[in-house]
Amino acid sequence: MKEVETKMLERAKELLESGEVARVVGWKKGEFCYDPSPATFESVEELKDFTYDWFCGANLSKYLIQISKKEGKTAVFLKPCDTYSFNQLVKEHRIKRENIHVIAVECRGKFDIEKIKAKGISFVTGAQLDGTQVKVSTLYGEETLEKSDVVLTKCATCNKDYQVQDEAIILHERTKKDVDRFAEVAKLEAMTEEERFAFWREQLSKCIRCNACRNVCPACSCVKCVFDNPASEISAKVNSDKFEEQLFHIIRAFHVAGRCTDCGECSRVCPQHIPLHLLNRKFIKDIDNFYGEYQAGETAEGKTPLTSYTEGDTEPNDVFKGEAK
Amino acid sequence: MQEVTENKEFTPNIVAFCCNWCSYAGADLAGSSRMTYPANVKIIRVPCSCRVNPTFILKAYQQGADGVIICGCHPGDCHYVTGNYYTRRRIALLFSMLNYMGIEKERTRLEWVSAAEGQKFSAVMNDFVKTITELGENKRLTDLRVKEGE
Repeated sequence: MKEVETKMLERAKELLESGEVARVVGWKKGEFCYDPSPATFESVEELKDFTYDWFCGANLSKYLIQISKKEGKTAVFLKPCDTYSFNQLVKEHRIKRENIHVIAVECRGKFDIEKIKAKGISFVTGAQLDGTQVKVSTLYGEETLEKSDVVLTKCATCNKDYQVQDEAIILHERTKKDVDRFAEVAKLEAMTEEERFAFWREQLSKCIRCNACRNVCPACSCVKCVFDNPASEISAKVNSDKFEEQLFHIIRAFHVAGRCTDCGECSRVCPQHIPLHLLNRKFIKDIDNFYGEYQAGETAEGKTPLTSYTEGDTEPNDVFKGEAK
Repeated sequence: MQEVTENKEFTPNIVAFCCNWCSYAGADLAGSSRMTYPANVKIIRVPCSCRVNPTFILKAYQQGADGVIICGCHPGDCHYVTGNYYTRRRIALLFSMLNYMGIEKERTRLEWVSAAEGQKFSAVMNDFVKTITELGENKRLTDLRVKEGE
């Protein structure tokens, strides 16, 4: 990962020095090794904080909505899953494509510090991939973990490929995973109604309504959100009743149905570790089932499933009967 | 006091979203043809079934509805040409999601009722109220604030 970072840094310097781009969007070192945050670099001096490591899970696409409106070109580093979000935003005319220089960067899955901490490892000072294992260095020595145990939930089932790129910095090939991303959804579907209700009650009652899932979502890009409307009575950040979180999360997921690229940011940022991606994936699974396979963000053209129709679509009353095609 | 509660029959609160051009006219026809449908069906007139935002449905539940039914023109007959095709996709996904969240699937329904189908309107409403009455009170979805004496 170090070589990739060096290459990225070199390229960023080159672009900034030559004046080809006015700014570079990437990741900045945080206080600890595991909390890099998205940042904009406007000069070579600022690049001293630039980083790209195993904890750079953040999706940079959404920042481009604002940044692409600025003067001058912007270079951005995008991982495979980010390129889908980028495409989707270009399709929705939220990003000015001509103002962006996309640099596809290598990604072999990112690590989740929470998962490492859950293994009882603290004071982490770094992590490196070693085959299928992860060597985590801490203040007290080194620990070895299985890679599958520490990657972000969104990375565990990711088989995405770069959808858009102006140039690429890829040193290692990605290995295709043999996993079904809908396995967890199918497991929930197989439960009884009561079990499902209990499951979601338990999960969603943890919600503190911090709105992080909404704010981070690249598909949630409305200037004025329905949840910011005081008249909607769902803007209050309190758990005033038992159905409010469900209402919030159903509507949040519904508003991105057909546009969600399954980038998994919602689950990554949730401070309460609610598996929010399971709601989005349910919509994706249903759309695939009812209206044919569709992957949002694969192209920057065409219509989304919810803005198109066919005359012989599934009837809503039939969706439970197993008659849906 | 005990007796009163025991004898009190459960009358569900039903919200019906009816499109202005077909189903609402269908309800009108049902009325003028002297066909009956239960009085606890509250009709909300919308310009098109496509106007029904998923939030409306959830909000109705939150505010104490026991069942929600959406009625629109038959696919292909929409006054706005394509509105109900979009409704069909949206509502199909919403129904599936509600079921996924463990909410009784019988509580929400979508029916196509044309302006000439007064008979169908009455039959659909009677059947829906019967289903909801059998299903009982909507406990999973209501807002505690609107309940009396709890």
